[in-house]
Amino acid sequence: MLPTINYCAERRILSVFLKGELDHHNTRPIREQTDIAVTKYRPALLVLDFSGVTFMDSSGIGLVMGRYKRMHDMGADLLIANPTPPIERLIRLASVERIVRIVYTAHSGTVKE
Amino acid sequence: MKTLKNHIKLVFPSHSENEGLARLAVSGFLAAEGADVSVIAELKTAVSEGVTNAIVHGYRNTHGLVTLEIKLFDSGRAKILIKDKGAGIEDITKAMEPLFTTAPEEERAGLGFAIMQSFCDKLRVRSAPGKGTTLTLEKYIYKR
Repeated sequence: MLPTINYCAERRILSVFLKGELDHHNTRPIREQTDIAVTKYRPALLVLDFSGVTFMDSSGIGLVMGRYKRMHDMGADLLIANPTPPIERLIRLASVERIVRIVYTAHSGTVKE
Repeated sequence: MKTLKNHIKLVFPSHSENEGLARLAVSGFLAAEGADVSVIAELKTAVSEGVTNAIVHGYRNTHGLVTLEIKLFDSGRAKILIKDKGAGIEDITKAMEPLFTTAPEEERAGLGFAIMQSFCDKLRVRSAPGKGTTLTLEKYIYKR
């Protein structure tokens, strides 16, 4: 089963709630769906919410960096929200937090579908 | 290292959906052996990187078999082999440099080897162009 993403757009903020295992196999459809939503809403801020991500390898880092480039080219910002400890460790190992800010929100882990 | 305590070997075609299968095999094997949970998480990630490399780079534009072998020794050390008979690596030193990738258009981060090195006690790469690549990952699996 291919993963799907949930997102919500309000004013110029697009929040994408990533779900499942972010490996090479699953990242491609997630990337495509995220890019479709970005093209549709042209947000000033894209928030990638990791609270529903159960596994991530370097494919997830590639996804973040690719979206960072895309948002940067549009003059928009990117935030990483609610990574679990192992995911945050990987993000820090890749030094991604130097260019993309990590935030924690109150609804962390309680996102309903 | 000495005596072999347990051993599995899994051979699968280089389809990307098998990346998840390889991770399941690693976590299932290690959990049954009572490995530390953080070690399981690290080895799952390292194996995911290695198997993805075999599929994305080893068998680029082609298909073949990937072999995953896990050996657990009495000493508590696990030795994991990831083998492909694909393209092989021209320059291993270059391939292991963080952020180096031959597949930027696929948004590969170039961090596979860096992650495997950081999450394992030992990593060995044997490769010959046209013949394939064998990765050997080693790690002590119990709580220290």
